[in-house]
Amino acid sequence: MRSFYGVTLDNPLMLGTALYPSPAIMADAFATSKAAVATVSLRREGSVDQAGQDFWNIIRDLSVHILPNTAGCHSVKEAVTTAHMAREIFNTNWIKLEVIGHTDTLQPDVFGLVEAARILSQDGFQVFPYTTEDLVVAEKLLHAGCEVLMPWGAPIGSGQGLNNILGLRSMRAHFADVPLVIDAGIGLPSHATAAMELGFDAVLLNTAVAKAGDPVEMARAMALALAAGQAGANADPMEPRDMAAPSTPVIGKAFLE
Amino acid sequence: MVDVSIIGAGVAGLCLATEITARGGNVAIYDREPQIGEHACSWWAGGMLAPFCEGESAEEPVVRHGQTAAAWWEKHTSSVTRNGSLVLALGRDTSELTRFSRRTSGMETVNADVIDTLEPDLSGRFSKGLFFKSEAHLSPRDALAQLTKNLQSNGVAVQTDMPDTTPNRIDCRGLSAKDALQDLRGVKGEMLILRCPDITLSRPIRLLHPRIPIYIVPRGDGVFMLGATMIESQDRNRITARSMLELLSAAYALLPAFGEAEILEIGVDARPAFPDNLPRIQQRDGVIYANGLYRHGFLLAPALAQMTADYLFTGNKPEFWHEN
Repeated sequence: MRSFYGVTLDNPLMLGTALYPSPAIMADAFATSKAAVATVSLRREGSVDQAGQDFWNIIRDLSVHILPNTAGCHSVKEAVTTAHMAREIFNTNWIKLEVIGHTDTLQPDVFGLVEAARILSQDGFQVFPYTTEDLVVAEKLLHAGCEVLMPWGAPIGSGQGLNNILGLRSMRAHFADVPLVIDAGIGLPSHATAAMELGFDAVLLNTAVAKAGDPVEMARAMALALAAGQAGANADPMEPRDMAAPSTPVIGKAFLE
Repeated sequence: MVDVSIIGAGVAGLCLATEITARGGNVAIYDREPQIGEHACSWWAGGMLAPFCEGESAEEPVVRHGQTAAAWWEKHTSSVTRNGSLVLALGRDTSELTRFSRRTSGMETVNADVIDTLEPDLSGRFSKGLFFKSEAHLSPRDALAQLTKNLQSNGVAVQTDMPDTTPNRIDCRGLSAKDALQDLRGVKGEMLILRCPDITLSRPIRLLHPRIPIYIVPRGDGVFMLGATMIESQDRNRITARSMLELLSAAYALLPAFGEAEILEIGVDARPAFPDNLPRIQQRDGVIYANGLYRHGFLLAPALAQMTADYLFTGNKPEFWHEN
């Protein structure tokens, strides 16, 4: 099992903490899904000294690994500053690095991402970069010091699932030893299963659970779906073939080639 | 004879004082300031009495108890307008309307013609919306001023000097009660009051968006309340540039004429909320606390007041009762 900067997760679900109807429902979603990691945004809540403390305490009380993020940062400088604030508040070197390149689609600015990843890695951070499935960008992120890659499935909040299966599959094949996380775009449990079937190590999602009519039930569904995909991938699935494969020999019929 | 001291003359305290007085109880009410004003969270409220719309993200008790709010406010004030509420989404966010309608009840789907009839100023801008006919809105500052006046004419004036010992203390201080209630937290809200005499709207309009839903409530005379952000922070000092941009962009997208509006006021405060975002009545060291109205001050303060009064008069623990 691939580890995340030395940490082995006992559950492949990384769950966001935004957009829930209430903190109580968020806590229930974590308890029910047994998500191993909570991502938390600091950009807005942290704009004034410690004013978000009460909410951060609720997240600390979840007793899971905390992965602060730089959501909402549009420049290298903002992202680096936010990461430093996060390290101080949550006492962790983990940082989910987002450098947004486009306000509307929330696509990552991969150039700024690589630069920020280098700065933060040199500063002792353990960076989880939110990136695309581009292999060259991924290489550069690894050279910059990242030991985890988090390609998107689809744009943030879109719920479209895995948009580029081929790209994600080649990423998995290309970086066989690197822990890979699908970050963003998951809408349904089946999307989460598909990610695990591709051999990804974890899935990070937020909106799909938080904005479901019943967030706790959706969190449970996601956890089950991830477990199913993971078990399926571990079980060495059969190779698909074009023809039906009768389990008893068909004697006396012509073979089709 | 029920004889109580209420601390805090915001929407929670004033509703409770009104309710107890109406039931023949004897009330003294205390606040830092003799008049409701900027120091109170409810001063900045939107004043939507929209239980069905709130059901999109709020829990069932909010929808149920919220339905009695408009009648309570009508009984005690003349601040209520019953014109329903209209929910709209911009072009590419129309899937939000589908989701919203699935999560709510008490509404009808309306087409462009109906929207144009309801709100002629929006004519031609929206092809689909949701109309919650039975909902209402009120003018928060008028409503609170009227409650204060009614209480005064019953001999109950808001006092600023509180004696050290007061009988049967009921704490309605909102977020200030955090000194006693550890799991109370602030949820920052930012709002603007605009004047735009060119625009006439008859009812609150909600504009759906996956991340930044906003609403506009008409206050009459070309004045509108534009709100409100929801940020997990107890900062109540200033609005951020981003919040202001988001609010104004949404207003402008709803109706470009808002670009010409004057900004009369900028409001910032923090809503008092418990972890489940539902109100609570609880007792600690001989003090009763009625708190946690979150974003539902005017919608749930009447129910919270009635339940607190029920407890005082009968001793029965009401629905919002919380054991420590």
